[in-house]
Amino acid sequence: MIRLFRFLRPYTGWILLVFALVFLQSLANLYLPTLLADIVNNGIVKNDQGYILRQGGVMLLITLGGAIAAVGSAFFAARVAVGFGRDVRSRLFTHVGKFSLHEFDAVGTASMITRTTNDTNQVQMVLLVMLTMMLSAPMMAIGGIYLAIQQDATLTWTLAVAIPVLVVIILLVMTRAIPLFQAMQVKIDKVNLVLDEGLTGVRVIRAFGREPYEERRFDDANLDLTNTAITVYRLTAILFPFMMLVLNITTVAIFWFGANLINTQEMQIGALIAFLQYAMQILFAFLMISMLFIFLPRAAASAKRINEVLDIKPEINDAKETREAAGERGLVEFRDVTFSYPGAEEPALSRITFTARPGQTTAIIGGTGAGKSSLVTLIPRFYDVDSGAVLVDGVDVREQAQEALRAKIGFVPQRAVLFSGTIAENIRYGKPDATEEELRHAAEVAQASEFIDAMPQGMQSEIAQGGTNVSGGQKQRLSIARALARKPEIYIFDDTFSALDYTTDANLRAALKSETVDATVLIVAQRVSTIIDADQILVLDNGRLAGIGTHHELMESNEVYREIVLSQLSLEEVA
Amino acid sequence: MNRGPMGGGGRPGGGPMGPGGPMAGLGMSGQKAKNFRGTLFRLMGYFRPELWLLLLVLVAAIISTVFNVVGPKILGLATTRLFEGVVTQFDPRVGHMTIDFGYIGNIMLILLGLYVLSSIFSYIQQYTMAGVSQRVVYRLRREVEEKLDRLPLRFYDSKTHGEIMSRAVNDMDNISNTLQQSLTQFITSLVTVIGVIVLMLTINWILTLVTLLTLPLSVGVTMLVAKRSQRYFASQQRALGELNGHVEEMFTGHRIVKAFGRERQSVEAFNVMNDELYKAGWRAQFVSGMIFPLMMSIGNLGFVAVAVVGSVLVTQGTVQIGDVVAFIQYARQFSQPIAQLASFSNTIQLAIASAERIFELLDEQEQAPETVEASIAAPQGHVEFQHVSFSYKPEEPLIVDMNIEARSGQTVAIVGPTGAGKTTLVNLLMRFYELDSGRILVDGVDITKLPRSELRKMFGMVLQDTWLFNGTIRDNIAYGREDASEFEIIQAARTAQADHFIRTLPDGYDTVLNQEASNLSQGQKQLLTIARAVLANPPVLILDEATSSVDTRTEVLIQEAMLTLMKGRTSFVIAHRLSTIRGADLILVMNHGTIVEQGTHEELLAAGGFYANLYNSQFASRGEPVEEAV
Repeated sequence: MIRLFRFLRPYTGWILLVFALVFLQSLANLYLPTLLADIVNNGIVKNDQGYILRQGGVMLLITLGGAIAAVGSAFFAARVAVGFGRDVRSRLFTHVGKFSLHEFDAVGTASMITRTTNDTNQVQMVLLVMLTMMLSAPMMAIGGIYLAIQQDATLTWTLAVAIPVLVVIILLVMTRAIPLFQAMQVKIDKVNLVLDEGLTGVRVIRAFGREPYEERRFDDANLDLTNTAITVYRLTAILFPFMMLVLNITTVAIFWFGANLINTQEMQIGALIAFLQYAMQILFAFLMISMLFIFLPRAAASAKRINEVLDIKPEINDAKETREAAGERGLVEFRDVTFSYPGAEEPALSRITFTARPGQTTAIIGGTGAGKSSLVTLIPRFYDVDSGAVLVDGVDVREQAQEALRAKIGFVPQRAVLFSGTIAENIRYGKPDATEEELRHAAEVAQASEFIDAMPQGMQSEIAQGGTNVSGGQKQRLSIARALARKPEIYIFDDTFSALDYTTDANLRAALKSETVDATVLIVAQRVSTIIDADQILVLDNGRLAGIGTHHELMESNEVYREIVLSQLSLEEVA
Repeated sequence: MNRGPMGGGGRPGGGPMGPGGPMAGLGMSGQKAKNFRGTLFRLMGYFRPELWLLLLVLVAAIISTVFNVVGPKILGLATTRLFEGVVTQFDPRVGHMTIDFGYIGNIMLILLGLYVLSSIFSYIQQYTMAGVSQRVVYRLRREVEEKLDRLPLRFYDSKTHGEIMSRAVNDMDNISNTLQQSLTQFITSLVTVIGVIVLMLTINWILTLVTLLTLPLSVGVTMLVAKRSQRYFASQQRALGELNGHVEEMFTGHRIVKAFGRERQSVEAFNVMNDELYKAGWRAQFVSGMIFPLMMSIGNLGFVAVAVVGSVLVTQGTVQIGDVVAFIQYARQFSQPIAQLASFSNTIQLAIASAERIFELLDEQEQAPETVEASIAAPQGHVEFQHVSFSYKPEEPLIVDMNIEARSGQTVAIVGPTGAGKTTLVNLLMRFYELDSGRILVDGVDITKLPRSELRKMFGMVLQDTWLFNGTIRDNIAYGREDASEFEIIQAARTAQADHFIRTLPDGYDTVLNQEASNLSQGQKQLLTIARAVLANPPVLILDEATSSVDTRTEVLIQEAMLTLMKGRTSFVIAHRLSTIRGADLILVMNHGTIVEQGTHEELLAAGGFYANLYNSQFASRGEPVEEAV
């Protein structure tokens, strides 16, 4: 939490202002009882109406001044806290933007999102509470104690008893309640999880007639949550009545002992009345401080998560001096590349060497986990190799500027990702200056025109967040169109075609052929039929290059490839 | 893409950004309830089993508050007596103080008694309420869950996941919080305000009037602030929603953002939204943050007014000094409950709106009630569709007068460019949806005459969207048969060719699948569902032939396992392989969800229709080299 406060530096001036205003406000609140004491002692006792009215005027001014200070402090506190939240959020987002896939894998996308949004809000909220309520509480407490001692030092011992009692009971209850509150949160999550599973799996549950089981499961979670909730609320139920009791007993004690002091001429009656007021304010201040204990643990957890992200150093950075790759357009070379995912025992790829040339199609085939997708993600430098080198246009990708490197590549991932916005905006994503004509053409080639035209707004139809309003196949085709619109030197299709049915797959590949004449094309595929015409086929087996060549060559010489082909063809009985 | 982690069901971080406490109600803005009274009464109905306890809460709240409110007045009596004792020193006849400690001491004891009692009753009230409110929420939650079990699939398909979750989670939370905190707060605030006014009147009406002068001020300020803050909070929520959406998109699409070099635009867009959020956010926080200090200032104003007017009245001899002291305390006690009452109307509005949304859910049309008119002792798997008509939307008929017959042990292949037909088929066979007309018979029995659970047990499903759940592999295989023995489970896994890969996993059969089952490959998951079907041993199967995202070796395993499974069972197969299609006893050709043709392979080819076209295009796409190679 403290570490995050470095983001407060730009607001130092405003924070000081908040401090000052809160101080003034506390002063005003504290000064009023003092004036009241004067009124009683000098006005009432001496029967001086003029004095009462004069003092009343002063009190009114102080009240107004206090109100203005209060509004002012609320104003600046809001600006500081929300500004702080904005800055942290912005820093996080920019920082995360620099992460490679490796860092994303390590933290988890979902967690990364929560940290940027919820956790930041959490911290911002606590800062605001601290700046407004928590700041004034200690001031009120200290100021109140000071003034109380001024009024009468001997009576202060009542406070010396009351305050520790109050603090102890708050601590006792809170140390028990906070873990229970946390347990309750876990149980709420559990109830929601069961509910969520029931919703997503409604068909399975019904198909297997498991409703009673699920209902039991939910009821268990529900009951568990309810019991914890009742326990925690019953526990905290003691807090408020007890604090009121302490407050009230203190009042009675002050009055009784004050009366005795007055009797012995050691105190004036006005002072007693003022003292009672101070006691109230001091005890209330302590109640406020105790609230901080509720907020702080949550915020501290959030702050920790935020700091964790900020502490991650992005692994992939541009070299100090980048080189422009001016070699042959679209040439992709792997030189003895070995690559492993962080923490993995076995490398995902070992000693891969090949060259993919412009105008050619290079296909990559192999079983699940053979390293096909890993191989193509190295080309846009989503990961760095362990040893060896990946060269694009004759220059090692690590020596190129990432942006310049990726500008050469049209990447179509396994799982299509679209963004909210119109279809046109999505296709234009990689080439902001693409003309209407180019968009149409890209959609045409990607076999997407038909369904785009069928939509009421055509190209201007909105894609919902996450692309939920188009089907999987349509998403994939739009994702292909997006890569095509870019007119890149290198196309990477990472198992793009298996989401399409055979007819669309065939039409698409036929249309692609003329589109990618001069480009280097890399295709990761499952179906042999998809890659049978490729200029060269890389056969991967457990991260190793088991063979390279054309379909015919491999059929003759490569055992692994033959096995793959035969397994598919015998099943499909094409012959 | 999966539902985003924030999507729908996610809890929005426990409410808006504003600090909680008594003013929490000010921050939120939501739709107003359509039928406030009706919903309120219905919600109150849930308290019926707790009626006596609720009464206890009410009584305890009133007693505790009254005792607490009386305190200052009694203390005032003591103050007056003390003052009288003090002023005698200025009386030349007495010349010294004559403080009546006996009287004051008695009052002190009375006060102590009152306060102790007040706290005890306050504790009783809070303690009881904790049980009452949580039990009400428990019952409500259970009712929702039971309701969800009785809702037809049509409901689930027409509502987004997030919509349902938001009602069951956020709205429920909202009600729970309101019941837990606001309800008792409301009672005590109301009693305090009334009690304070009554007691003030018994002391002195002029001072009462002076104190009450601040009342319209507090109410006015609260209303004003509440109104503005609602507006600002609404725009803050909007900005926050937009920003969260952007973050979610950019992070989940990180790879694409990088691949297409759009990092800069993404940050720029983020900064614009972040600035928007800042502008809306600080206003919302400022306005809502103002209320507490403003209330305090109004309290101070009352304090000053009472002090001045009271003091003047004391000098005139119309009131006692103790009365002024009592009034000063009352003036302070007054502003807080007023603010709470003012914000309560908003809180209760929100809670009632939430309750209404939950009741809407509870009132949804349920599926046709269960009938147990028939039973099939030894199902054979003879399935017939007789004049079946069906549509998801009345204006778009999907299936019109369809007749199909699949005899026991036969294979029906479903072929077509899209998979939309298979969902419909499953929906109808399993009676997830009701037919518009016609009937479906299994072994000659109309399926609407069977208990749903019995009907559904007759079908085994091995589909691409594999339907596994969070739990161990063992539990997943045994899902259809709770009483299955360890031996049977392993036997089923063997038959499904899954035993081997399961044993290679570190925890074997105890491996826990995570929520998206992403720790298994697509093919492995499918093998598990086959094992599950083997164990359940149903007479009818609905299968999906694997194509995409399965590597070829696993594919062989799946194919073999499926063939074993299909032996002797009636099977509906979503077919991709020519071998399956050709060998099928009946082929259903589907396009856009409807069956366009049916017949055997030869019949359909001879007909030269849609199927023939499809068949030729797929065959052609594989090209000559394949034939050459083999």
